[in-house]
Amino acid sequence: MALGGILTVAANLIWLERRLLALWQDRYGPNRVGPFGLFQTIADAIKMFLKEDWIPPFADKAVFVLAPCIINATALLSFAVIPFAPGVQVMDLGAGLLFLLAMSSLGVYSVTLAGWASNNKYALLGGLRASAQMLSYEVYMSLSLMGVVLMAGSLNLSEIVKAQEGMWFCIPQCVGMALFFIAGIAETHRLPFDLPEAEAELVAGFHSEYSSMKFGMFFIGEYIGITLISALTALLYFGGWSGPLFGLSENLAPFVQFGWFALKTFILIGFFILLRASMPRPRYDQLIEFGWKAMLPLSLLNLLVTGAVVLALE
Amino acid sequence: MSQPDLAANSADLTMPAVKAHKHDCAVIDELKMRFGDTAFTEQSSSDAIPTLWVGRGILLDVLRFVKTGINRPYRMLYDLFAIDERLRNHRDGQPSADFTVVYHLLSFDRNSDLRLKVALEGEYPSLPSCVGIWQSASWCEREAWDMFGITFEGHPHLRRLLMPSTWIGHPLRKEHPARATESGPFQLPDEKQDAEQEALLFRPEDWGMKRVSESSDFMFLNLGPQHPGTHGVLRVILQLDGEEIVDCVPEIGFHHRGAEKMGERQSWHSFIPYTDRIDYLGGVMNNLPYVMAVEQLAGIEVPERAEVIRIMMCELFRIASHLVWYGTFAQDIGVLSPVFYTFNDRERIFDIVRAVCGGRMHPSWFRIGGVAHDLPAGWDKMVLDFVQHLPPRILEWDKMVMRNRLFKARTVGVGAYTLEEAIDWGVTGPGLRACGLDWDFRKQRPYSGYDRFDFDIPVASNGDAYDRGAIRIAEMLQSIRIIEQCARNMPAGSYKSDHPLTTPPLKERTMYDIETLINHFLGVSWGPVIPPGESFYGIEATKGNNGYYLISDGGTMAYRLHIRTPSFRHMQMLPLMARGRTVADVLAILGSIDFVLADIDR
Repeated sequence: MALGGILTVAANLIWLERRLLALWQDRYGPNRVGPFGLFQTIADAIKMFLKEDWIPPFADKAVFVLAPCIINATALLSFAVIPFAPGVQVMDLGAGLLFLLAMSSLGVYSVTLAGWASNNKYALLGGLRASAQMLSYEVYMSLSLMGVVLMAGSLNLSEIVKAQEGMWFCIPQCVGMALFFIAGIAETHRLPFDLPEAEAELVAGFHSEYSSMKFGMFFIGEYIGITLISALTALLYFGGWSGPLFGLSENLAPFVQFGWFALKTFILIGFFILLRASMPRPRYDQLIEFGWKAMLPLSLLNLLVTGAVVLALE
Repeated sequence: MSQPDLAANSADLTMPAVKAHKHDCAVIDELKMRFGDTAFTEQSSSDAIPTLWVGRGILLDVLRFVKTGINRPYRMLYDLFAIDERLRNHRDGQPSADFTVVYHLLSFDRNSDLRLKVALEGEYPSLPSCVGIWQSASWCEREAWDMFGITFEGHPHLRRLLMPSTWIGHPLRKEHPARATESGPFQLPDEKQDAEQEALLFRPEDWGMKRVSESSDFMFLNLGPQHPGTHGVLRVILQLDGEEIVDCVPEIGFHHRGAEKMGERQSWHSFIPYTDRIDYLGGVMNNLPYVMAVEQLAGIEVPERAEVIRIMMCELFRIASHLVWYGTFAQDIGVLSPVFYTFNDRERIFDIVRAVCGGRMHPSWFRIGGVAHDLPAGWDKMVLDFVQHLPPRILEWDKMVMRNRLFKARTVGVGAYTLEEAIDWGVTGPGLRACGLDWDFRKQRPYSGYDRFDFDIPVASNGDAYDRGAIRIAEMLQSIRIIEQCARNMPAGSYKSDHPLTTPPLKERTMYDIETLINHFLGVSWGPVIPPGESFYGIEATKGNNGYYLISDGGTMAYRLHIRTPSFRHMQMLPLMARGRTVADVLAILGSIDFVLADIDR
């Protein structure tokens, strides 16, 4: 059920993004299929399924097919450890955060292999960019998360949420949060960090040769990634499901709590989309330079200061 | 950048406009002093540009002298093209020639042009290449070879430029068919298709490029002709070491439609729509240099009202073109939203254009001797509304694009060239003003009465992608000023000259005397017969200097029609700007040049 739910959310995110972008760009966006154009994504999915499933003759077939599966598998697996409300999750791993980082590392393979297997120069450049970008931004991502782990004293996501009862971590960990969110954008390679696909330069980057539902899987994978990063940010920094319960009974509480979690996640997703509507794209070397020269020292500093404060308070 | 003070605009339309630019004829004596009286033959032309015939033997010496030796030198090779003279009747006093190669030079110090012509005899003549003097001559000479079969000795890559490499014949020669029906039916057997495919392969060795260096194998990346970043059918072959560009070759010609050849079989009047499609974002702005060149040849004086209407429509199209550039440039850098904002406002311009001209992007609305009809009722309210609307919008986008730090990081210092390089490569328009030279034909050589308007010429100093952009944005605000002055000071009078060669001729008196009736009938059915002569007119178009060189042999059609386009020169500079940079920078550079493929290929 969770799987179906997430896929539905990701699919409808495409509609949401198109409508929001249209709103910010003085145009209508999809508004014809169903109420408010809500069924547009379904129509697109049907089209995508019915298209010829084409594998270029020059591609490395096995890897070419495998690549889009990886991104979906890792992104969906990541949701296994996400608590949607107290106790509502697929598995309550003690080292949940580590599991998430591991999954996100595996996700790099998808993009890199897709670029490599396509045997196309644009795809190769996209894949190269992707591997360098995602590998380096993963470093800052995990380092920036360590501040939260230090404060909560646990790698378990539910524990982290509970540790925020007094104060959301977005206040003491504001630097860490900013770093995590930036790294998250780079991980999902969304604008302004969409260099692996940079359509003005690389046509479609690593997925230039993909069509039909294999392209659709990259597409959905990207939106699952956005949902994941937004959900994580909500959990780690904005108190997850916590919020006023309006004095409801215990049976109904989880629904409200899930509502709070969903609301926070969607606001963050909206932020992702707003970034796409407004930011230019840096050059590849600028992105990597920014990573190693600004993100890395800042995330180390954040870790150091958090550690010192936690020690001093003990 | 601040909003221009629109209240301070004071066009003085009572002042008489400058009628024609005076070129500096002293150069003729200076050249004769240096090379002797007999070395040159003078020729008069209706554009008053000093024109001299030079012998083949001393050509390079003369070119080198006027570029570097002479006082106040002619530093820019403004244009280079050829003429097939074999069927021409009216060549009064000109040396005999089968073909002529024309060098059109420009001196900024003198604010004057110089035209040198070389007479060539024989079916497939040759002359020395001047690539050693002006690198920008490279494409012009290749085009002349491609179109006429004239060989330029010493040219490093004398191969076809606009036509496919498998083309047979040289299209602008008079014996080459102009219509598809004049040649046999097209066929594509397998062998021919294979040969065509083979010809499309890129061989780096042909361009003096190596496939490997001591440390790495180069990757050759084919950017285009179908690529979202090339703004049309342009192919750029990049030689890459990693993502760094070692060298690149722009390949053009995919948009070549033979506009110059068509000019030789369209009447003077019916060629006007073809000009709209040269710089297809410039609309009626393209009509202007053409109709002014024809008017110069025919000696037509355009009424004041027509001049002001022309200026107003041209400036509207300048803004429309810059708006397209702004949106797509921002999109090339990754800002996805401005393109929607600028296109929305471009629609507002098209609303005005539609009300005035009846068309949108290609209204073909100017006529020989004026414009097609008078302004419609209520035009001034539309124009003044737009004048109020646009400036705040431009300033708002500034916050989003030009002042964004990431945007600056992508454009400042990218694709920079110096003023010397710009002049050497024939750069005009915003690209030249971005290097610090305050050169705008509207100010330097006022045409159509521009001298009576109050506007500034924005100048920047770094010559990089960012400055080229900043100039265009500032230009839009200045165009707004001009448009407002037009709207507030529109003179009364006729929208068309009453000269008999005006097309279509005025009809008021056709039913009263037989002479006017006959003139009208011929002017409408054949088109006007323009007196023999040569005429060039250049204007400050949206992307740089656009000019038309016309030769009339006393017929209803041009004997030779040459179009000088700015994008052609700018695209030729791409390798200079791109070497040592990354693929992403190439797209930023391409965006900042503001080219139109039809303006390159014609």
